[in-house]
Amino acid sequence: MLPELGQVALILALLVAALQAVLPLVGAHRGIDAWMRVARPAAFVQLVLVASAFAILTHAFVTQDFSLRYVATNSNSLLPMVYRFTAVWGAHEGSLLLWALILALWTGAVALFSKALPQPVVARVLGVMGIVAVGFLAFLIFTSNPFGRLLPAAVEGRDLNPLLQDPGMIIHPPMLYLGYVGFCVPFAFAIAALLDGRIDARWLRWVRPWTNVAWGFLTIGIALGSWWAYYELGWGGWWFWDPVENASFMPWLAGTALLHSQAVTEKRGSFRGWTLLLAIAAFSLSLLGTFLVRSGVLTSVHAFAADPTRGLFVLVFLGIVIGGSLLLYALRSPDDDDNSRFATASRETLLLANNLLLASACAMVLLGTLYPLLADALDLGKISVGPPYFALLFTLLMAPLVLLLPFGPLTRWQREQPSRPIAMLVPWAGLALGIGIAAFFLAPQGAWKVAAGVVGATWVLLGTLRFLWTRLKNSGSRFTPEMIGMTLAHFGLAVFLVGALLTEGLSRQRELALAPGQSVTLGAHAFRFEGVQRHVGPNYVADTGTVQVSRDGVALGTMHPEKRSYASGGQVMTEAAIAPGITRDLYVALGEPLGGGSWAVRVHVKPFVRWIWMGAVLMALGGFVTATDRRFRRREAAQ
Amino acid sequence: MNPVRKRRLLMVIALLLAAGAATALVAMALQRNVAYLYTPSEVLKGEAGGHARFRLGGMVRAGSFKRAQGSMEAHFAVDDGDAVLPVVYTGILPDLFREKQAVIATGRMNGGVFVADEVLAKHDETYMPKEVADKMGAAHMKHGVPATIDMPAQAQ
Repeated sequence: MLPELGQVALILALLVAALQAVLPLVGAHRGIDAWMRVARPAAFVQLVLVASAFAILTHAFVTQDFSLRYVATNSNSLLPMVYRFTAVWGAHEGSLLLWALILALWTGAVALFSKALPQPVVARVLGVMGIVAVGFLAFLIFTSNPFGRLLPAAVEGRDLNPLLQDPGMIIHPPMLYLGYVGFCVPFAFAIAALLDGRIDARWLRWVRPWTNVAWGFLTIGIALGSWWAYYELGWGGWWFWDPVENASFMPWLAGTALLHSQAVTEKRGSFRGWTLLLAIAAFSLSLLGTFLVRSGVLTSVHAFAADPTRGLFVLVFLGIVIGGSLLLYALRSPDDDDNSRFATASRETLLLANNLLLASACAMVLLGTLYPLLADALDLGKISVGPPYFALLFTLLMAPLVLLLPFGPLTRWQREQPSRPIAMLVPWAGLALGIGIAAFFLAPQGAWKVAAGVVGATWVLLGTLRFLWTRLKNSGSRFTPEMIGMTLAHFGLAVFLVGALLTEGLSRQRELALAPGQSVTLGAHAFRFEGVQRHVGPNYVADTGTVQVSRDGVALGTMHPEKRSYASGGQVMTEAAIAPGITRDLYVALGEPLGGGSWAVRVHVKPFVRWIWMGAVLMALGGFVTATDRRFRRREAAQ
Repeated sequence: MNPVRKRRLLMVIALLLAAGAATALVAMALQRNVAYLYTPSEVLKGEAGGHARFRLGGMVRAGSFKRAQGSMEAHFAVDDGDAVLPVVYTGILPDLFREKQAVIATGRMNGGVFVADEVLAKHDETYMPKEVADKMGAAHMKHGVPATIDMPAQAQ
């Protein structure tokens, strides 16, 4: 009975979303106040309905209702309780429902916190979000119903994909979706502004914290995904330039550009058209990401089976949203006005460079990700684009970004004497370069990568500290959350650079056959394989290895990598053993038994790998802190 | 030419040069890093001849997997229903690598044997990579692999 109620709640939510889309938009166009007023209550009702549907599906998982096809496919009576909750979004239908729920949450939040905005603006923004909700709810109901019954009911479920039975997976999808879907707010704002024909600083001030929060969540979501791939796939890599990863990275790049260009437009009035275009791009790329992941058109290490008709639905929806908003942009884009002129040497120019570099990086990733599809469509053969393509071009594009970054905050708006910020930074550039040269000669291997990482990180760190010092000297100790947020995010980049480049440069890896008692050394670390024992988990049987680790002869401890075989379906999973550390991770994964008690074993020493995710956390924190700035919430008298 | 026009012309030329350089660089990077997918029968017909490094797609032939005791060198054969190609790979195979399952190996031909440096198997036992399915057409039906996929499961 309950699942049918869930189904009804979804259908009602679709109807309410349709109301929320049509009435307020028409009302705002015609100036009918009563129609515009529908937007807020409709947003709240939609949230309650979608949340009920989600709660009902969760209930079905917790109580193991195998009469639901979706539950029977993705759960099992042996599944531990915590994974019954996360299994809700473990596969296609449920993760779309999560998408819809998060969209309803953002819509509800906009309805709640938009009291300072004029009625027509609220009506238009909520109306546009209503259109997106209609698209996704229709997609859910017509192609991917999570409440479909299975007759007769299954006695036992097929189990959640073992890869997803993991703590990282509990929060990775919700965080990622909070980011993806959060870009719907600046998108809806941009469409509302285009419909209205005016972009004023007041609205931008209102939308900036939303962009920052969504970007922060997306950053955490991507970092969690990378972390999960690192420890769960058992390959020791943290980023594979895989289509599914790229799908989440493209909106992040566009969103990062958007954060910066919104700041310029809000403060100086420049880049209006560009800011709108980026807002459209960030959300369109989120939708494209959903399409790429859901449709299974690309071969990916993350690829899972999918149904092509669903892909078609998303593709059509994508066409309508992207095509429609770009058409609207072409028809209504604002003329850049002349009172926002700036000289070549100015902070505006630097932020323009930031935007061009990030947008180019985004376009490069998009090209590399879609090129196999394009080649297939043109009958050029089945191809895949290798990671070196992305790594080479991304490095080339990001190097100038890192080089220019410290200049941005130190340069004045509108007009600047180039010698001023250069003079401020020259000593620090010299220091960063000196440390880099030292690193180059000290590095035991990968000297270029290590040196680049050290120079980049110290340069960004020192340049940002220089900015902090200037602020302290000139304006007492007045720091707005906006400035603190920016500083945190830039420090985050420095930390990330250390992590990414030092890990790439200094990692050591061996893959070999080890018999019990044999050991392998990587640099100063020795790994002694003691053999494998069998033990039984809640829903799997594991071969657990024992590996004694020592450094320069001093014992560090014991590591237990596992090879699990899950009870249902017999899927085999590698559980790597990781000894984490600030300056290095030790990583041991079991391969296969090679007979006679010996096993294939993979060992890594990965210096500074944690810094990658710590950097991402700092960046996200920067986004959240920026959003708390009071300036964004100041009410202004209606004009 | 007045100074404003001159500046604009210079800007346009600079932009064109930058765009040209970017296009050339991207084209070069793409050219160097794409890997084509072939099936064993295409390889045996010589269609993969032009590419030193390519991807080999198909099913792991039943009964073909061999590994000497204590050795990291794995031997197996990839089958597309029409032809079979022996493959050698040194290292740990992915968890889902199994006989009668789809596999994509990247590497080079060396005297009639495909020497793989990377082997991909999928995360999901019912999933066949779309491009392999396309390539093999009806061939994979011979192996009893369903042409349509009925049990989707995916992660983000």
